[in-house]
Amino acid sequence: MKISRILKTIFMTDFVSGILIAIKEIFKTKKTINYPFEKGSISPRFRGEHALRRYPNGEERCIACKLCEAVCPAQAITIESEIRDDGSRKTTRYDIDMLKCIYCGLCEESCPVDAIVQGPNFEFSKETREELYYNKKKLLENGDQWETALAEKIRADSPFK
Amino acid sequence: MTYLNIFFSETYKIVFLLLPVLVSVALIVWLDRRVWAFVQKRRGPNVVGPFGLLQTVADALKYLFKEIIIPSSSNKVIFILAPIVTLTLSLIAWAVIPFSEDIVLSDINVGILYLFAISSLSVYGIIMGGWASNSKYPFLGAIRSAAQMVSYEVSIGIIIVNVLLCVGSLNLNKIVLAQENIWFIFPLFPMFVVFFISILAETNRPPFDLPEAESELVAGYQTEYSGMMYAMFWLGEYANILLLCALGAILFMGGWLSPFDIYPFSEVPGVFWMILKILILFILVSLVKATVPRYRFDQLMKLGWKIFLPFSLFWVVLTASFLFFLDILPVTGQ
Repeated sequence: MKISRILKTIFMTDFVSGILIAIKEIFKTKKTINYPFEKGSISPRFRGEHALRRYPNGEERCIACKLCEAVCPAQAITIESEIRDDGSRKTTRYDIDMLKCIYCGLCEESCPVDAIVQGPNFEFSKETREELYYNKKKLLENGDQWETALAEKIRADSPFK
Repeated sequence: MTYLNIFFSETYKIVFLLLPVLVSVALIVWLDRRVWAFVQKRRGPNVVGPFGLLQTVADALKYLFKEIIIPSSSNKVIFILAPIVTLTLSLIAWAVIPFSEDIVLSDINVGILYLFAISSLSVYGIIMGGWASNSKYPFLGAIRSAAQMVSYEVSIGIIIVNVLLCVGSLNLNKIVLAQENIWFIFPLFPMFVVFFISILAETNRPPFDLPEAESELVAGYQTEYSGMMYAMFWLGEYANILLLCALGAILFMGGWLSPFDIYPFSEVPGVFWMILKILILFILVSLVKATVPRYRFDQLMKLGWKIFLPFSLFWVVLTASFLFFLDILPVTGQ
């Protein structure tokens, strides 16, 4: 062993410099956030909880083309439809099994009328499985609740589509 | 009737010693986690109570309400006894720690021997826990901790001999008073370093946390424990760390003596200085936890037996001959 190495071991220079670095780090700004009280920023492409959107006049956007149902790799979406009295085709049933869903975003991408979208909300954990089988009512409610955020998200991402 | 009176007055004193100790253990756990988090640029517990100070209380409550699981193949009596032994031993040692000249439960003349005896016993709690669990990992952890604590106790004992040579008394208050002119940390600095590292090994703190090395042994001797029994191990461990920090403060940093003997400082009560010194040592212990990676077991044994033991023995000879030839051996008249 070299003399310098022995001296280093005896005087524990590595250890002392490590402690000094640790003391220095204590006074630096924290890298973590107070999660439930403050949240990290989310990209407009973030794929969170699903929502069905409406037109400004309150009409549902979904035209029951079933593209999302067809493209869904996890087969989490189930759609049934009928022709309404005014001649437009609308869904009677729109279910998403949030437990099957892999949050790939293909349903949103395939939708021709921006009806089904994945919003910025990621805090929708529930205590039972049943609560996570979303139906049309729940999805439309989501749409109404998150509409401003959803419109903003689509606007921000539109130049890249 | 007089016996009853004595009993009550003593109980009263003991309660007034133990309550602050237990509360400070709770706070020290918080401090430890907080320092650890800050070094890693995290925030640490900061939600429960102001600055998260009540985090440990919340944890303890959680442990209280958890089910205590006793493995069916364990030796039940010893299994239950082990955490009790650990916690009791780490608490009774506080009886002789002087917080100031007169704030001490029992000012006995062999205080340091008493402390040493208690800390030697504390290995039994861990061995009992590890053996009684009747499971592989706890057993391995217990063997490790037995070997580790025994080997580092030897060097701690010899370091204490160094200090005692300079003091000439086993009374902890006399040890503190002997440092009125100069703290022993200055003439015996290498011994302080060895003592500090031995504290880490003695209390199973990182980098010597091999008995509970989570990457190898799940949780070591605590693996089979749950609920309040686990929490008792945990409390005992931290009370032990605090105790050895207090011992370090008494032996090397002048205990409750004020660092400067000039007016504003000499008026501050000794309790404050004692607590401050314990805290400084404890923060150093937490910083080491946050910086240093874990030792390998053979390295640990090598450090204890081949380096610390000869080195501290050598230093005993050095101190003794220095004191003898300069004719400054302390007078030992009791």
